[in-house]
Amino acid sequence: MPDRLPRRTTARALTLTGAALTILSTFLAWTWTTAFPGNLTVNGYPGGLQTITLTGGILTLLHALAGHHLRGLRWLAPAGTTAPTVLLALGTLATTWYTLGAITTDLGGLAHLEPGAYIAAAATLLTLTGALALPNDRQTTETAGTTAATGTPGTPETRPNPWQRFRHTLTTGRAPRPTPLPTWAEILIIATAFALGLAAFTYGIDTEYGELFVGYLLLAVFTLTALNRSGLTSRLSTLTAKHRNITLTAAFTAAACFPFLQTNDAYANLATSILIFATVALGLNVVVGLAGLLDLGYVAFLGVGAYAAALVSGSPESAVGVHFPFWAAVLTGIGASLVFGVLIGAPTLRLRGDYLAIVTLGFGEIFRITMLNLNGKTGPDITNGSMGIPNIPELDLFGFDFGQTHDILGIPIGRFGNYYLLMLLATLLVVLVFRRAAESRIGRAWVAIREDETAATAMGINAFRLKLLAFALGAALAGLAGTVHAHVITTATPDQYQFAGTVPPNSAFLLAAVILGGMGTISGPVIGAALLYLIPNKMDFMQDYQLLLFGLALILLMRFRPEGMVADRRKQLEFHETGQLDVPEQGLPDGAVGVTKAEA
Amino acid sequence: MTTTTATTPPAPATDDTPVLTATGVTMRFGGLTAVRAVDLTVSAHEIVGLIGPNGAGKTTFFNCLTGLYIPTEGTVTYRDTVLPPKPHLVTKAGVARTFQNIRLFANMTVLENVLVGRHTRTHEGLFSALLRTPRFHRAETASTRRAMELLDFTGLAPKADHLARNLPYGEQRKLEIARALASDPGLLLLDEPTAGMNPQETRATEALVRAIRAQGTAVLVIEHDMRFIFNLCDRVAVLVQGEKLVEGTSDVVQADERVIAAYLGTPFEGAPGEEELAEVEAAEAGAGATTGAGAGTGTDTAGTGTGTETAGDPGAARTEEDR
Repeated sequence: MPDRLPRRTTARALTLTGAALTILSTFLAWTWTTAFPGNLTVNGYPGGLQTITLTGGILTLLHALAGHHLRGLRWLAPAGTTAPTVLLALGTLATTWYTLGAITTDLGGLAHLEPGAYIAAAATLLTLTGALALPNDRQTTETAGTTAATGTPGTPETRPNPWQRFRHTLTTGRAPRPTPLPTWAEILIIATAFALGLAAFTYGIDTEYGELFVGYLLLAVFTLTALNRSGLTSRLSTLTAKHRNITLTAAFTAAACFPFLQTNDAYANLATSILIFATVALGLNVVVGLAGLLDLGYVAFLGVGAYAAALVSGSPESAVGVHFPFWAAVLTGIGASLVFGVLIGAPTLRLRGDYLAIVTLGFGEIFRITMLNLNGKTGPDITNGSMGIPNIPELDLFGFDFGQTHDILGIPIGRFGNYYLLMLLATLLVVLVFRRAAESRIGRAWVAIREDETAATAMGINAFRLKLLAFALGAALAGLAGTVHAHVITTATPDQYQFAGTVPPNSAFLLAAVILGGMGTISGPVIGAALLYLIPNKMDFMQDYQLLLFGLALILLMRFRPEGMVADRRKQLEFHETGQLDVPEQGLPDGAVGVTKAEA
Repeated sequence: MTTTTATTPPAPATDDTPVLTATGVTMRFGGLTAVRAVDLTVSAHEIVGLIGPNGAGKTTFFNCLTGLYIPTEGTVTYRDTVLPPKPHLVTKAGVARTFQNIRLFANMTVLENVLVGRHTRTHEGLFSALLRTPRFHRAETASTRRAMELLDFTGLAPKADHLARNLPYGEQRKLEIARALASDPGLLLLDEPTAGMNPQETRATEALVRAIRAQGTAVLVIEHDMRFIFNLCDRVAVLVQGEKLVEGTSDVVQADERVIAAYLGTPFEGAPGEEELAEVEAAEAGAGATTGAGAGTGTDTAGTGTGTETAGDPGAARTEEDR
């Protein structure tokens, strides 16, 4: 007992001092030339990557203070403060040391570091050391119990190995039941959360150089994990589950604010592409996440929509010399995709599992190759072959020319901003369709088919028809996104719609977005799509290793979080039940007691 | 082994309108005939048992009834209409089933499982769901109400929001029955509803099946638990090697020596004769140990003579009885 208390106090003091020093160090110069982007040479205020370290330092400090049971900060970590503090300290350390490493390698030598940099390095290390020495969240409650009971100090009797100890540090207890809040406060919390999310996301998109993005990503990953461990995310998800329409409104308001927060056209373009990618991923989620049909050729439906819209857009290169108004073009795109979906689905959906995947993969490629061959030489001249259909004219809705910059509320919204807002409407539509379809007789039947097709048919579900419906609905949603896609990029070419490539959207990336994000959820594929688009786009200096890193990330995620980043409502059910959900998926009850025959 | 359909007197307190009529159902898998020319009728308000040794073709016969298999020969009619060989149409017609190895939708909640069972009795399509018409809301409310009724009926209502896979085994069985009942069937097919259950759970299931019958649903049940079957069923059919051996009331079936032979085997050359038996019985009487068992098997052997019983292991007979 006597040496335990001081140790805890020392650890706390160390963490606090470290965090404070980290914050201070960002106000010093880290390097002396402006050759490193972001201008880290100024004493007095932080710049570039320093702001990220600063954010990390502040967050660490707040959590460390919450560990002192400081009034007003308790809400930060309902499930325990140590794990989030450690994670935040780690994140700050990672991003700071990455910065210093980047300066050293970019400019060639340690000589380019100023004293401020050394202070930062030492301070982050100090914070982490202190945080690691903090008492474990779970152990404190446990040992507090045993100490009271037996009167012996609950010194850590078993110290297996540092890694296990470290992992143990990262475990938190279950968050206690939140104190009930008035509705307006809950709504305010949701709104604040989305505003913060928007701010963080906007910052990520607006990062001007790769190093800044890497630093941002490092801190973001650790912060999100920390939020998860601290129990804040689960609190928030209970709130959003309670006020779903408000959440949806908040999310879309936040998303709609994006073009007003920054005026750079390149970033608006990036955001529009992300939105298109996310919308198509959501459409795929109907097919994969709800109905459980593995579709590896989904991007073809986006292509069908885009080509249909391009053909009727009035483009001078189009083989069809018509110029439909936008609504008609959308209907054409949706209709064409729908027909294509049914045509492909009808013969293939009798297959199950891997066979379906292979066949859809084949059909996806058939679409691309057909578009290549309809060039006037190897086939009738419809699609212009590999040249595609260029010069798709700008949209004009009710006299609102999407190609022009408009001043809305005094803020100029450029071409991509316009399309971003249009695409946001399409996304909203897809989200509503997804949600309403999922929560209906049809959606339940899809999930039932995914869970056990034989049992589903025995319950009176016409599995083939419902699978075809899922396929057709997914295709139609992709077609909708495709029509906008064609107008945004003004060209429809075959090689945009292939199975795998380095640039999303392609079938492999779409599927990855759904699986990484979380199958069967709405926010999952959107987040997955945003990350999968943003990361390759921002880290262009890693161009050559992009797919390698992507594969690595996929493996890691499947190993450590197979349900995806956003788990669907199954996880929410944890609140009703005792942590039985850790049972792996394969442990379904068919293999249960006393069963001798396999076939039923 | 000839199929003699023991013309049974109709069980008391049932009306005679046949719900299910299977005539000459034959199922061949290549050279193997799993089910051969089986006739079976189930009347409304009747509980019929289907028993037979492992591999007798009971489940195959079930699968023929429910459209999972298309019978090679023979027809199955439900209330005078021939059942189409598609599982979902069979369910729509009014025949619901459970599975031998539980096949719940493991990652759906208990309530959702039952709601899926309502699928054929509701008709709200995709557009109705997308537009959220008042009709959609009415249908959803009605479905949920009916599902909750069924959960109340099976005693699962407090667990409506749990995931199916987190239910204990016995409750998963109950949920399967509730899910099957959700399609408002006229006939419920239960495939080994008490497999793996303890005696208390088995008795509860027995009561549940009686309650289902009381609500006007006929029941056809496959089971290995003889006590369960003979307690519950108005009529029992015995399937052996794909053929129907006997059909009749519990007494008739229990008394039939071919049934006993099918389960226990027939006497072999050099089987212990009457004298040896007398010796053994004398010894047992001396030990005074097996009185209970003797009473238990007495009904079985009443009309058949003791030769058959001693041919097999008498212990096996008891085991079969006591399962």
